[in-house]
Amino acid sequence: MNNYQKWVAFDTILRRELRRFMRIWPQTLLPPVITIVLYFVIFGQLIGERIGTMSGLPYIQFVAPGLIMMSVITNSYSNVVSSFFGSKFQRNIEELLVSPTPNWIILLGYVAGGMCRGLGVGAIVTLLSLYFADFSIHSLPITIAIVFMTSLMFSLAGLINAIFAANFDDISIIPTFVLTPLTYLGGVFYSIDLLSEFWRNLSMINPVLYMVNAFRYGIAGITDINIFWSFGMVGLFSLVLFFSALRLLENGSRLRN
Amino acid sequence: MTQLNDKKQPALSIKNLTKVYDNSFQALKGIDLDVAQGDFFALLGPNGAGKSTTIGIICSLVRKTSGSVTIFGHDIDEDFSTAKQYVGVVPQEFNFNQFEKPIDILVAQAGYFGIVASVALERAEKYLKQLGLWERRNDLSRNLSGGMKRRLMIARALIHEPKLLVLDEPTAGVDIELRRSMWEFLQEINKQGTTIILTTHYLEEAESLCRNIAIIDHGTIVKNTSIKALLKQLNRETFIFDTREELTDCPVIADYPTILVDGHSIEVEVLKTQSINEVFVALSEQKIDVISMRNKSNRLEELFFDMVEKNLSAKNEVQGDE
Ligand SMILES: Nc1ncnc2c1ncn2[C@@H]1O[C@H](COP(=O)(O)OP(=O)(O)OP(=O)(O)O)[C@@H](O)[C@H]1O
Ligand SMILES: [Mg+2]
Repeated sequence: MNNYQKWVAFDTILRRELRRFMRIWPQTLLPPVITIVLYFVIFGQLIGERIGTMSGLPYIQFVAPGLIMMSVITNSYSNVVSSFFGSKFQRNIEELLVSPTPNWIILLGYVAGGMCRGLGVGAIVTLLSLYFADFSIHSLPITIAIVFMTSLMFSLAGLINAIFAANFDDISIIPTFVLTPLTYLGGVFYSIDLLSEFWRNLSMINPVLYMVNAFRYGIAGITDINIFWSFGMVGLFSLVLFFSALRLLENGSRLRN
Repeated sequence: MTQLNDKKQPALSIKNLTKVYDNSFQALKGIDLDVAQGDFFALLGPNGAGKSTTIGIICSLVRKTSGSVTIFGHDIDEDFSTAKQYVGVVPQEFNFNQFEKPIDILVAQAGYFGIVASVALERAEKYLKQLGLWERRNDLSRNLSGGMKRRLMIARALIHEPKLLVLDEPTAGVDIELRRSMWEFLQEINKQGTTIILTTHYLEEAESLCRNIAIIDHGTIVKNTSIKALLKQLNRETFIFDTREELTDCPVIADYPTILVDGHSIEVEVLKTQSINEVFVALSEQKIDVISMRNKSNRLEELFFDMVEKNLSAKNEVQGDE
């Protein structure tokens, strides 16, 4: 395959991914929007009024970046995991496996699809959040960079989950038992300054904390942790996940047989 | 590319291929197979013989354990990108996304081969029309009938215009009329230069379509020859005679092994060197009226069972069990 053909293959996978989540938008685009509006109403307005400020910000302005980030994370992840697992389940992944499309293109295609959904939902949620909270952007490059990298990282993680998954349970176990706790404990709803030292230190191994904080820094200019660390961590995680996913595809023991 | 012009280069060459599945079941025990360019080749064997495993390895859906496979001279390991360009595969089981439309499935498959959508659309139209699916191009694939789904997979296998088309039981679940038209379609494609390999359980299919044949059983090739040569080897045929009167005992016909099937029919084995006339004479002498006569089964089928049985008994002698 020459480079142009590789591009065509990538483009084909990406379009197929876009078509998939647009076709089933009531399952893919609507729920995250509804969830996030509920979060805004309950945590932001109803309870938020009573909480007062968090890290010097009105609570709604504090949670808004976290909630946006949360929807980027879950949507990036679940798009890739369900699409890739679905194509394993229906066996149409074989259409790719018999083709000369290199594994890294397959990887990039699915990940790009997940990022489109994650970032797309993120954008919708951001627009909605403007209705509930008004916030200015502290640093646009940082905001965009971190949200982009986060989406990349969780799309990769979703792909790895899908490659390992043997049945439908396997694609809900990680989101339920790993992803949800990580996001809830990742400083979306509170500043880790509220925690005792032990819990604060423990929180530091949670990658979501770094992303949420970097993102909040980009928007509101405040953070619990050094944002260079954030970029370093997310970058490192993404690299590790990228090469792990590629290895799993190359090795193929979970796809070919 | 120079290799491609070399007519002597086999379309497919398999050397000492083995496959041991993860559950340590050995599905292939060292297969050698050459398929010439332009051939129409049948891979025949009973259930579980290893046909799909072989095909899976050729199109890299199954990882081989050892051995080598080259396609038009390109090794599937060392030169996988080129090798894959040459192969189109129609698998035994449906493996497309049931929620997509036929047209989208074809265009996407083309895209995976680096073919841009505009070219893909033209080809999709051509093949969908040839296979009688054009009207259904925008239906959900799930709503197609079984035969249509199979034809959709044929169209999908052809979308990148492979030089080697491999079909794993393409006519399973396809009615007789449709099977005929599918045969014609495949013959036409073969005439235009595409090498075709198919597996089938319908032996008449192999007989009427294919030039060369390999019979595989328990992961070994037990026979690899031309259909003509194979048919020549056939030295025995079984006929069924239907009689007017009810028979209580099996008639005895000297030199012709006979079985009483039911009150109104008998089975008689006739060697190539013998003559059916003698059977009639013997039956007439016994005052048995024959009202009709037919082949017990397809000739190839008889040969096939012979061979597979021999293979089995040879193995039983060696292993003493099974
Ligand atoms: N994934 C697998 N894991 C373990 N064993 C397998 C696997 N796939 C196939 N086999 C075994 O390998 C043997 C060959 O199977 P294969 O599918 O190649 O047979 P086949 O000749 O295509 O049969 P059929 O005519 O029924 O399609 C069978 O005994 C089968 O049970
Ligand atoms: Mg099979």
